[in-house]
Amino acid sequence: MSIRSAIVRRAIDVAALLAEVQETANGATVAFVGHVREVNDGRAVTGIEYSAYGEMAERELAAIASECASAYGIAHLAIEHRLGTLTLGEASIAIVVAHAHRAPAYEASRFIIEEVKRRLPIWKREGYVDGSSEWVNASGVPQAGAAQEHRT
Amino acid sequence: MTVTALLFASYAEALGSDRLELAFPGSATVGEVVAQLRALPGGAALPPSPLVAVNLTYARADQRVANGDEVAIIPPVAGG
Repeated sequence: MSIRSAIVRRAIDVAALLAEVQETANGATVAFVGHVREVNDGRAVTGIEYSAYGEMAERELAAIASECASAYGIAHLAIEHRLGTLTLGEASIAIVVAHAHRAPAYEASRFIIEEVKRRLPIWKREGYVDGSSEWVNASGVPQAGAAQEHRT
Repeated sequence: MTVTALLFASYAEALGSDRLELAFPGSATVGEVVAQLRALPGGAALPPSPLVAVNLTYARADQRVANGDEVAIIPPVAGG
């Protein structure tokens, strides 16, 4: 049994997470990696700053991992969510799930990312090529007008 | 009775602080803590019923808070 989740402030090493869940009983390993995309809602993005209610985010992520393990019979999974300023292409989250068979592994991976999006107290502020930045809401759309900030 | 309100992201910017001590004459609910925050300068940025966590656990608006509780007002989350 290897169930681990962490909020980190360094680059995510996906290969290390894959190695962590390796076990000959598992016939399937699913890795999901979320990273910073160059365009959001039609605007050119330069990077994203992730912030969190750290203590609660750690707890919620651990709860999601534990619920996932029970619901899908997963004995080997690793999740890391990164905070801080990320540039284009950098991984903000990696979810690695291993199981004897592929179906539970895929379902468990999907469950984790959807729960993260629904309840993990983490926020992101997108920076754009024009120098402005905005908080992004749960649907991934910048909050127009709200807390908008322009670099001087 | 005093509780500590924690503010994050856009809410912290709107109220100009990420941590506020709030006093109540008697007992109070989560909803009353939110109402007091919304009455502050910049508080209109908070919706009437935001997501709230008391001592690290999501809470309902009618939940009672106790002296020393940490009441976090959670903006729309955007993890992943």
